[in-house]
Amino acid sequence: MTKQIRPEEAVKMIKNGSTVMIGGFLGAAVPLLMIDQLAESDIKEITLITIGAGYRGGGVDIGKLILNRQIKKIICSHVGTDPNLISQIVNNEIEMDLSPMGTFVERVRAGGAGLGAVVTPVGLGTEVEKMAEKITIDGNDFLLHKPIRAEIAIVKAYRADSLGNLQYSGIYSSNPVMATAADLVIAEVDELVEIGDILPEQVGTPGIYVDYIVPGHSSKKRQEIYEALWIATNKL
Amino acid sequence: MPKNYIAQRIGKEFKNGMYANLGIGIPTLSADYIPEGVEVFLQSENGALLFGPKPQRGMSNPDLSNAGTEPITMLPGGSLFDINASFAMIRGGHIDMTVLGALEVDQHGNLASWKIPGKCLSGMGGAMDLLYGCKKVIAALTHTDKYGHSKIKKQCALPLTGAHVVDMIITDKAVFSVTGEGIILDELAPGVTVTEIIDLTEADIINIDDWKNNEK
Repeated sequence: MTKQIRPEEAVKMIKNGSTVMIGGFLGAAVPLLMIDQLAESDIKEITLITIGAGYRGGGVDIGKLILNRQIKKIICSHVGTDPNLISQIVNNEIEMDLSPMGTFVERVRAGGAGLGAVVTPVGLGTEVEKMAEKITIDGNDFLLHKPIRAEIAIVKAYRADSLGNLQYSGIYSSNPVMATAADLVIAEVDELVEIGDILPEQVGTPGIYVDYIVPGHSSKKRQEIYEALWIATNKL
Repeated sequence: MPKNYIAQRIGKEFKNGMYANLGIGIPTLSADYIPEGVEVFLQSENGALLFGPKPQRGMSNPDLSNAGTEPITMLPGGSLFDINASFAMIRGGHIDMTVLGALEVDQHGNLASWKIPGKCLSGMGGAMDLLYGCKKVIAALTHTDKYGHSKIKKQCALPLTGAHVVDMIITDKAVFSVTGEGIILDELAPGVTVTEIIDLTEADIINIDDWKNNEK
């Protein structure tokens, strides 16, 4: 059974109102091609689960989905990089579920690992107390947060084989954990390789988690895209 | 430039062999002032340890960047890991020092940085985890806002990012230590007088009388 499909086929699995998790970190290590497919579609009312907003300034990567007003709710830990997103949240056009980043990633892990909750001291003494349940264990206070899962996760890796094993290059960021926490997992990769080309110790996400592989931009093309972006924003 | 002065002063806090996480802005700038001969292992919360300077154009890995999405390189001995491992490192007390920006801090060691109700919202990102888990927390900020009001408060008015977490405050005017009893003035920036610090600081400074006596 081959897991490889075209991006145009993959995007059809996402419907109006779907809960979609997108890997990466503030524009870095994100599945660019699948995001473009989604931005070009007329899919709306998406609940987007992402560690933060897109690349600083907005309108790039997941910022396109914000500009197109395709997002109904965002579950995340940071929105400060995208002014369009902030204004839609402030105007109550997008609902937001916020948690500290370390808590957010553990909520996703709990969602994928069959755990019932995340229990953490982070956020005590702050407004996060209103976003969670305060509990006491052995005399110490903690905040209990619920797990997060999605219907569809779209993650970005460097290479994949036909079993769905993924190898990462650069920062893995939220991609590995998100690949564990959705009913359907689509991985966008720079390169498809033969079984065995990714050595067992190089596998970042075992194929058991991955349902579909989408060939994305080549590494060279991604380098062109990111270097142009970095140069335009004085980062390179 | 106040920002460069602050970054330069932060530089003196780096010790050999230290694992440190630097926030976006002035804190990141301080990496340029790590003293010669001092080796610091910089951690980035998106999942990198021991990263180095920006790559040359045409040489970047498009998927390798810091928490500010700026391209980085990895130094020999560096490592990459997933974000859960990264925050376990942070929350679990394995990072020696973090330097973070702030909108305001207070004499109880509270720090506010993620929200101005009705005006501005960024979300806390990784800041709450860093404030909780890192062994030493330095708040780096300009002493006053653009209207000249003190950012070193008796009590933070903005929603907190962390309660009782700050160990040291570095501004363009002074350096303070935060103790259980309040803040202590440790240093004045070059050219700054005690009178100026008293005027520009809302917080009570425990040892201010010693400084006044010294100045006489």
